[in-house]
Order: sequence, then C-alpha cells, then structure tokens
Amino acid sequence: MSADSMRASDGEGGRPWLRYLALVLVALVMLYPLIWLIGASFKSNSEIFTEVGFWPQRFDFSAYAKGWKTSTEYTFATYFLNSFLITIPRIVVTVISCLLVAYAFARFEFWGRKLLFSIMVGTMMLPLIVLRLPQYLVFRELGWLDSYLPLIVPSAFATDTFFVFMLVQFLKGIPRDMEEAAQIDGCNALQLLWHIIVPLLKPAIVSVIVFQFIWTMNDFMGPLIYLASVEKYPVSLALKMSIGATEEVEWANVIAISVVALIPSVAVFFAAQKHFIEGATSSGVKG
Amino acid sequence: MYENKRIGFLFVLPFVLGVLLFKLFPFVMSLALSFTQYDLIDPPQYVGLENYRELALADPLFRKSLGVTLLFAVLAVPLRVGFALFIAHVLNFRLRGINFFRAAFYLPSILGGSIAVAVLWRFIFAKNGLVNLLMTQAGLEPIAWLADEHYSMWTIVLLFTWQFGSAMVIFLAALQNVPVSLYEAAECDGASKLQQFWKITVPLITPVIFFNMIMQMVHAFQEFNGPYMITEGGPLSSTYVLALYIYDQSFRFFNLGYGAALSWVLFALVGCLSAISFWSSRYWVFYAGEKESRK
Repeated sequence: MSADSMRASDGEGGRPWLRYLALVLVALVMLYPLIWLIGASFKSNSEIFTEVGFWPQRFDFSAYAKGWKTSTEYTFATYFLNSFLITIPRIVVTVISCLLVAYAFARFEFWGRKLLFSIMVGTMMLPLIVLRLPQYLVFRELGWLDSYLPLIVPSAFATDTFFVFMLVQFLKGIPRDMEEAAQIDGCNALQLLWHIIVPLLKPAIVSVIVFQFIWTMNDFMGPLIYLASVEKYPVSLALKMSIGATEEVEWANVIAISVVALIPSVAVFFAAQKHFIEGATSSGVKG
Repeated sequence: MYENKRIGFLFVLPFVLGVLLFKLFPFVMSLALSFTQYDLIDPPQYVGLENYRELALADPLFRKSLGVTLLFAVLAVPLRVGFALFIAHVLNFRLRGINFFRAAFYLPSILGGSIAVAVLWRFIFAKNGLVNLLMTQAGLEPIAWLADEHYSMWTIVLLFTWQFGSAMVIFLAALQNVPVSLYEAAECDGASKLQQFWKITVPLITPVIFFNMIMQMVHAFQEFNGPYMITEGGPLSSTYVLALYIYDQSFRFFNLGYGAALSWVLFALVGCLSAISFWSSRYWVFYAGEKESRK
C-alpha cells in the first residue's frame, strides 16, 4: 500500500497539497450543514437564527428532552421502536430471499433463467411511483392497510432486485472450486449455500443489511401511504408531523430530534462503511 | 447438481411470485386504471382516453408540473454526475486518507433521502437560516430561498447534487481500472492534467458515465421527499414535481384514474429518455475491447 501510494504521488508530479486543499474544502462545505445541525441542537431558538458558528454558547439539552416528548401522546421511544419493528423483520426476509434467488441465478441452469434475469434488471429501472397506487389497492384488498405488512412482505419475495443483482455480481466473482469439492463430499444445494457461499459472501451480505437498514429507516412515502394511526408511525413520519403540527415550529426541538433520528443510520454506516462502500461499488448501482 | 433445473427454479420461485404479484401485476393494473375514473368508493368506471386527453389539453397544472420536473432533471442530474466524476477523479490519485474522504463524501448519499435531512435543508434555507446568515456576513443581500419562485428550485437541486456520493464510488471503481501507464505516457508527452482528464479519463469511462446518467435520471424524475418536505411544491408550484402531483391526485384527492394516467406519462417520459440515451450512446460511449469489431 505504501509503495503503491509512493509511486502514485511520484507519478503525478508534486503539488498533492492542492488536491488536499480541494478535497478538504469540498468536504467542509458538504459536511458543514450536518456539523452545524449538531451544534444547533444545543442552541436556544434565538441563537439558532443568529449564529453562523456551530459551537453553541452553552450546552442546553432541553431541546432534546422536549423534542423527544413530542406534542403527541407518544414519545419518540415509540416511534423508534416502530421503525425497528419494520426495519429488522424486513432485513431478515430480504437477506434470506435475495440470497436464495441470487444463488439460483448465479449457480443453476433452469428454464427461463435469462428472461427472468433481464426482467429483474428491468424492474430496477422501473419508476417505483408507477407501482405505488396499484400496490396500495392490492394491499387494501388484502386488508393490510395500517399495518407493517405492506412494508415488509414484498421484501420476502426478493422484490428489492437491487440486492439480488448485487449478490449475483459478487457470486460471479467467486470461483466454484470449493463448492465442487463440497459437492463431491456429499453436500446438498442448501448445505453448499450455508457452509460455503454465505461465509464467502459476508461482505456482500453486510452491504445488503446496511443498505436495507438505512433505506428502510429513511423510507417516507411507504409509511405515509400505508399507515394511518399515529401510534404505528415510524420516526420519519413522526418527524414530518412535528413540523406540520403547528404554524410556529419549535425549531430547536425539531433539530434535536432530527439529530437523534440520524444517529442509527450514521452509526451503522461508520460501523460497516468499508464493506459497504465496496458492495455499493462492485454492484455498480445506486446507493 | 448445478444442472438440476428443479432446484434452481425452486430457489428462484419466490422472486417469480414477487415480481408477478408486486411488480408486473401492479404495473399492468396501473395502465388499466389510467383508462378509468376511480375514487375508491364507487367501482372504477371506464372512460377511455379521457384522463390522457384532460392532462394533455385541459390541465395547466400538469403542464407546469411537467416543466418543473424536466427543469429539475436537467439541472440536477448533470450537476450530480459531474460533481461525482470530478471528486472521483481527484480522489483517484491514491492520496493518503482516501478512505476518510470517500466516507465523508458518501455520507450525504446515505442520509440525503431521510426526512431529518429535509428538515435540515428547510431550515438552512429559511429566511434567517444558515445560508442567509452567511450571505449577510459576506455583505450580500439575503435571498428568500423558499419563498421566491426563482430560487426555490435551487434548494432541491442542491439537495440532489449534495448526494453525489453513490455515483462517485461507482466512478472511483471505474477509474481504478484505467491503466496508470496511459497517464505516465501522456505525462512524458507533456499533456497537462486537464488534457489528461479529457483525453484519457473521460473517454475510457464513458460506459460508466452513461450508466450513472441513466440511473440518476430515473431517480431525479421520481424525486419526492425534497419537494414534499422542503418547499411543499411551492411557491407558485415552482417545485411542484410530477411525483408530488401524482401523490396528491392519487392519495389526497383520490382521483386514482387520473393519478395512474399521470404516473404512466412519467413512466413513458423516463422510458423515452432512456431509449434516447441508449441510442445516442453509440456515438459517445466507448467500450474497451470493442474497437477491433468495429473496424
């Protein structure tokens, strides 16, 4: 690695500081809103609108306490719990179904494989918004409205095709020698998947988990359409509600809660960012 | 066993069911709905092309919304892809700390879709929000970002551009496949950094540029959270994108037939633009290893 970077910096003929300067500047401009948000969460309502610096005059946690309590009868503890009640089952079913389907696409010959694969790639380009309305009617017919089922069940059928595609791309890069050896030793298809493929696919599976976690936490339109009762709201809807509820927005509270709402995603991102960016990269599809 | 067709099909079965039930069926159903009038209470009523006729001829809000959506895509997609390419190019010089920068630039793509960030955006572009505070300190006139129809579009374009990280990591992967020897040769011949970028980097990664453009376009045409949360489509419908209009018609006014027709127009639009991009790509996308066959 160090020899590598030496060579590279020789090759580009000096002035790396210029590049660093550009990068640091862009990073600062990009991240300043987020940094400032954190600082602002400790400020008073009036200080927020007059102070450009991010460091608050004094650390005041009252906005967190007030924001957490909300103007509804539920606290954000409920909303976070709801978010996790949607996110965790969804991740589980996504990983299982996408793994099986990707395994089939990458390792088996079956009738219609090519056609199905093109359909899968095609649905990645399909604007989701075309499907929202009829999906809503389907779930209404099934009596699933105002429950988490519409948000979870489709994922159990590997409909998040982005993940299937990503796993297939990974699987293509893994040589089959080990599987063939295990097969001779008498492993069946599922044993192969569990004992050989899953350990090799770990980085890709981590990416699936992280992406699905963050996307589901961020998802706004889904809950907005399907959920009606406030007690079932996830964090995203509850946050929206905290702005819409009153004309005079208590910005300090809203900001404090926004910070809290971002913490799970940021934590997961940094915990897994190495695997995860690689996963995003090798699949070559949007993150 | 790899040839065992039944096992393979068994594994892929959930996907077949899922696609039929949650993708293809709704897809066809929305087309069927677009020829009806439906309000969830009375059964759908067949009206032929009436919905399409109305939106083409008698709906100024649709025309406005279409214009806003196109403007948004035209501004936001090149900005995002351009930024992504530029930063990826700078990062590609294997600097120390690349992992830090890569994570820092990627973070907004992760968080950008969240409501919390939309809240933040609405807040920093408020009348006396962060942006205007900075502008007054720099001696500039503050701008009513969210209340002035000439500027409101920029707030959501900036939010979209800010999330360039996902396109960037894809560029970064592509750039790492460009042979270093090409740059070294160009360096020997006295090519400047800028020339190297335009004459080596860009031509060699046109397939990836193309890929990113299409994917980001599909995303831009569906942008919802930003306009919904930050500008609420206003002022004067200046950020009333089609996704918002479809949502309002379908889920607020319960004109489900009309909403379906609108969503099919959006789908057709994305489809046409993708087709044009594919067609035009023959002229500007260069796939390595393809040259011989073209001779």
